[in-house]
Parts: sequence; C-alpha cells; structure tokens
Amino acid sequence: MKLLDVELSEVRSALALVSEIVCPPFQTALLLMEQRAATEHLGGHLPTRLKGLDAALCGGVPFGVVTELVGPAGTGKTQFCLKLSLLAALPAHYGGLDGGVIYIDVESTFTSRRMIEMGASSFPEIFHSKGMAQEMAGRILVLQPTSLSEFTESLEKIKVSLLQNQVKLLVIDSMAALVPGVHEQRAPGQHPLSWHISLITSLAEFSRIPIVVTNRVRPQSHDESCLYPFQVQKMDRILKDRTRYYSHIVAVPGFHWAHAVTIRLVLEAKSGQRFMKVEKSPTSPPLAFPFTITPSGLSLLTDDGTEMVVPETCNLSSR
Amino acid sequence: MEVSKLPISATQRGKLISAGYTSLSSICSASSSDISRGTQTAWDMLQEEQESLARITTSCADLDNILGGGIGCREVTEIGGVPGIGKTQLGIQLAVNVQIPVEFGGLGGKAIYIDTEGSFMVERALQIAEACVEDMLEYNRFLRNDCQVKTQPKDILENIFYFRICSYTEQSAVINYLDKFVSEHKDVKVVIIDSIAFHFRHGFVDLALRTRVLSGIALKLMNLAKKFSLAVVLLNQVTTKYTEGSFQLCLALGDSWSHCCTNRLILYWNSNERHAYIDKSPYLRSASASYSVTSRGIRNSTSRSKRIKMMI
Repeated sequence: MKLLDVELSEVRSALALVSEIVCPPFQTALLLMEQRAATEHLGGHLPTRLKGLDAALCGGVPFGVVTELVGPAGTGKTQFCLKLSLLAALPAHYGGLDGGVIYIDVESTFTSRRMIEMGASSFPEIFHSKGMAQEMAGRILVLQPTSLSEFTESLEKIKVSLLQNQVKLLVIDSMAALVPGVHEQRAPGQHPLSWHISLITSLAEFSRIPIVVTNRVRPQSHDESCLYPFQVQKMDRILKDRTRYYSHIVAVPGFHWAHAVTIRLVLEAKSGQRFMKVEKSPTSPPLAFPFTITPSGLSLLTDDGTEMVVPETCNLSSR
Repeated sequence: MEVSKLPISATQRGKLISAGYTSLSSICSASSSDISRGTQTAWDMLQEEQESLARITTSCADLDNILGGGIGCREVTEIGGVPGIGKTQLGIQLAVNVQIPVEFGGLGGKAIYIDTEGSFMVERALQIAEACVEDMLEYNRFLRNDCQVKTQPKDILENIFYFRICSYTEQSAVINYLDKFVSEHKDVKVVIIDSIAFHFRHGFVDLALRTRVLSGIALKLMNLAKKFSLAVVLLNQVTTKYTEGSFQLCLALGDSWSHCCTNRLILYWNSNERHAYIDKSPYLRSASASYSVTSRGIRNSTSRSKRIKMMI
C-alpha cells in the first residue's frame, strides 16, 4: 500500500476481484451426481464382476480415485489386475469400458497368456470369434520400467494419452518395487515418490478414470506404531497387553500415500483360505469376502461379506 | 516531530493532517476508543455469544456431549487424524446435518464444501442424506409432531456447494471469494475445507512464506465465521515429529498453525475403536469420546464398555 500509494479499500476490492476470477466455479453436489450418472458408465464405476465386491463399492472400482490392492506375495493381486484390464477393454455391451488400458508392470509379472485364458473362460462367445482376442489384447499397452527414472518417464509419456480420453484404466503393479530400501522408518522429509503420487492422483481425477495400484506388505511389530503425545502417557498399559501381530504397514510408507488412496483392498491367505477385505472405503464398512482363483480369474465364494472390526483387517497373515 | 516528516505514504499524511493531527504528540494523546473502531466490552460479547447458541450436531451423542452440543458457529474448528479414521465422513455428515430444519433442532442452513484432495464422494453424501431424512421421519413419527418432513435427499445434495481446489493459489482465491459468495447466499451456515494441509505440504520451498500465507488464511476464515455467524471446519492430515526420543504423531502444518484455530479435535484409534479427543479449546474440557462410522454416517459406537473419559 505504501508502495502504490493506493487506498486500502481499492486494494481490497482488487484482491476480491482477482480472487473471484481465480476461484474455480462451484457446483452443487446434486449436479455432480446427475452429471456423472448421465455421462459416465454406471455413474462412474468399473464393475469387477464380483457381485459382493461391486455391491460394497456402489457399482465397482470408482473413477477418478486411486484404488490400492495390498497383500503378501502370491495372494492374487496380479490376477485381479489382469482381470480388471480385460474388463476395461471389453466393449460396452459386455459391461466393459470399451477403451485402452495402460499396464505398468514393474515386476515383470504380466502374462498375456493367462489374460487370454481368463477372457476365453469368462466370455467364450467373444473370445472365440475371429480377431476379438487380438483386438482386446491389442487395447492393453504394457510398459515395463526397470528403474525409478524410467517410471517417471513413462508417467510423463502417458499423461498425454490419458488426458486425450483414449485410456480408460491405468494399472500400476507394483509401486513398492520402485522404492529401494524402504524398510527403515523414514525420517520426515521429501518422500521419493511424492511427485509421482501427486501426479497419479491428479491424473485419476482429471481424466476421470480408475487407477489401480498394487502394493507389498512387510511385517511390523507393535512397538513401531506411532502415537499422539496425549496417548504416550498411557503407554505402559499398552505395552503390558502387547501381542505380536503383523500389521500391514505397506512398503510405500508415509502418510502422503495413505492419504492419496481412496479405497484399499487387502488380499490375504489364512490356513488355505483366501480372503479379500475391503479395508478402506468411503461407502462401505470393512467387509471380508472369501475367494478362490479359477481359470476365469478371481471368484468370490459368497457374495455376503462378513463385517469385521476394523483393526482386524490390519492383521495380515500369509499362509 | 511533524507529521509531514513521517515516513508514510502521501495519502496517509494528507489524511492525518486534514483530521487535525499535526504532530506526533497529538496522535499519542488520542484515546484508544477514538482511534480504534470495532472494540467491544466483554459483556457485549457475552450477550452476542448467548444469542448464537446454535451448534451443528455430529449425529453422535457422545461426540456432541464433549463438543458442548456440536460444532459451534462463529468459530474455527480443526479436525485432524490418520488416513481412514473418518475425517471426510465427519465433514460430509456436518454438511448434511447443517441442513436439518429448525423444527428438528438444526440450523436449516446450507453448506460449502471445499475439496482439495478429491476425497468427496457423491454416493456417500447421498447415503448419509438418505439416512438423515429417514431419521427425521422416524423422529417425527415417534414424537407425533405436526411438522412435515419436506426435505428429500436430493434437496440436501442441492444445498451443498462444492468447490474443487487444485493448488494453493486457488485455495487462497476461494477463501477470499467466500466473503462475496456468502453475502449472496446468506443461508450458508458451515464451510468445510477438506483438507487445509494438502497443497501446503509438498512443494512449498519457502517455509516462512507458507507460515504467512497460512496465518492470513486463518485470519480471513475467523473473520468470515464471526461476520456471518457460521461454523468453519478445517480437516487436517497428520505427520510424524521426532520428540522425546521417538516419533510421535502430530497434525500437519507445524507449530505456528496450531495456534490459528479456535478448537482442535483429534481423531484416533484406541483398541479397535475410533475416538475423538479435544486437544485445544478455550472453553471445552479436554475429554475423549468414541464414535463409529456406519453405513448411515457417524453414529454412537456400539461397544459395551464405553464412557466419556475426562483427561486431566
């Protein structure tokens, strides 16, 4: 004010005018819902064909947000991703999104043979017709970056095609493989994947596509869990009834990633039985569904999930 | 010393002289009530506070109890917690509950929801709105009131104004714009920002600038709350801090931010249950209460051994 020798009220009104212009336009929540219902597939969801899961997630894997798939090795994460890629590539009258899929395969676990097998087993009428298998598989673009810098490059490249609406699903399998030496407690500071996390979440939102990311798991003992200062005073009581269990603190640690994920599905195997748990979801209480792996992918043994007390979902056991 | 020699801008000098202050001593002798406007005595403030006893219920009786009835108007409440504890759920619940008509004990107002992370899910808002209407119908039936429940879930969704903010510039802009927006939509009674921390945590190199911008935002929000008698609710993330030999959880944005809000509520896990703890408040006792997130929204927790714990 002293520099410009301008009235305070003028400065205020200039500020107000600029703010009004810079501020994005508002919408009512009703308008948001109606718009999505009208323009997007099933109001913005990709059905997984697992009835119980789709019911819990209000239609399927939602568009515009990141869905995380967590679990120890060999529980079925890659199988689920392969099936989802197939479902997204299918034409609309078979319940698919009729679009391209980008599959970022960091651990080299993508097998097209298995995917075609899933397709032939679930949709025999499509896959046995000429050329369909080739067309479906042709819509899935597989990238295999071998280092963090290659991953960064791939993300930059696909940004363009994502924003041009040609791609309908992005799968990253897995984020954890890119971050070496991640098992120590990380000191506060810039997370190495922080740029990537922000990019992924903003891509999901602006291109209104579902993004599915898989993640690994590591065991964590009870002592490592963080507490607030007012809880520390009651620590002695907590230490006394401590029991060792595996918590699923994932291998892309830090609250930045945990805040960026909207839906978390936890896969685990307990004494020969496999379970898929909906651990974090804004529209569903924590539910567990037993499942098996069949030639056509994952299949739920029952569509009624059993509701669980939440930190039970945090206890993971493998075999 | 003469006013004409003071190092201030020409317009201000001109104003001081035309108001009759020609030297420093004349300025010094002016009483505080002459110079400052907008001061009130404590008694006047108490009268004002008594008038605005309106509080927004959280739909959980235990939470409402420790909050003195609910989230208060004319103040800024900060709610923080780990991911998945239910901050966005609570935000959506408040956006729906502010619309409960006055006959049912609510404020009958509208809500502004400023989303910085993209975590607002319309389907969930619909679920909570439907449960709210069902509860109102049941309340009506139970007490055999004459008042009709006219609101439909869709009307509730229509009264939530949703802003999607993608950078800290837009965040500052929307907070500046709110003054004009709320003057045009006078029945807005709650402003929810989810979350305040998101754009300020990563990529902000100049921390001193960050502190200045944040305190500016806090002041504007406080002014907004007081001017229009509405409640401002800020949802915050957590981070870890190394104190006393171990990592402890604390709310994001640092120590200077922790002074900016009137009330601070921390949501945390305690042996399988969600709890809320009043960390800072000028008039509420430090206490914690348990709550749960159900398909109908935030409700009382159903555990058998719950009671409100007073912390000393």
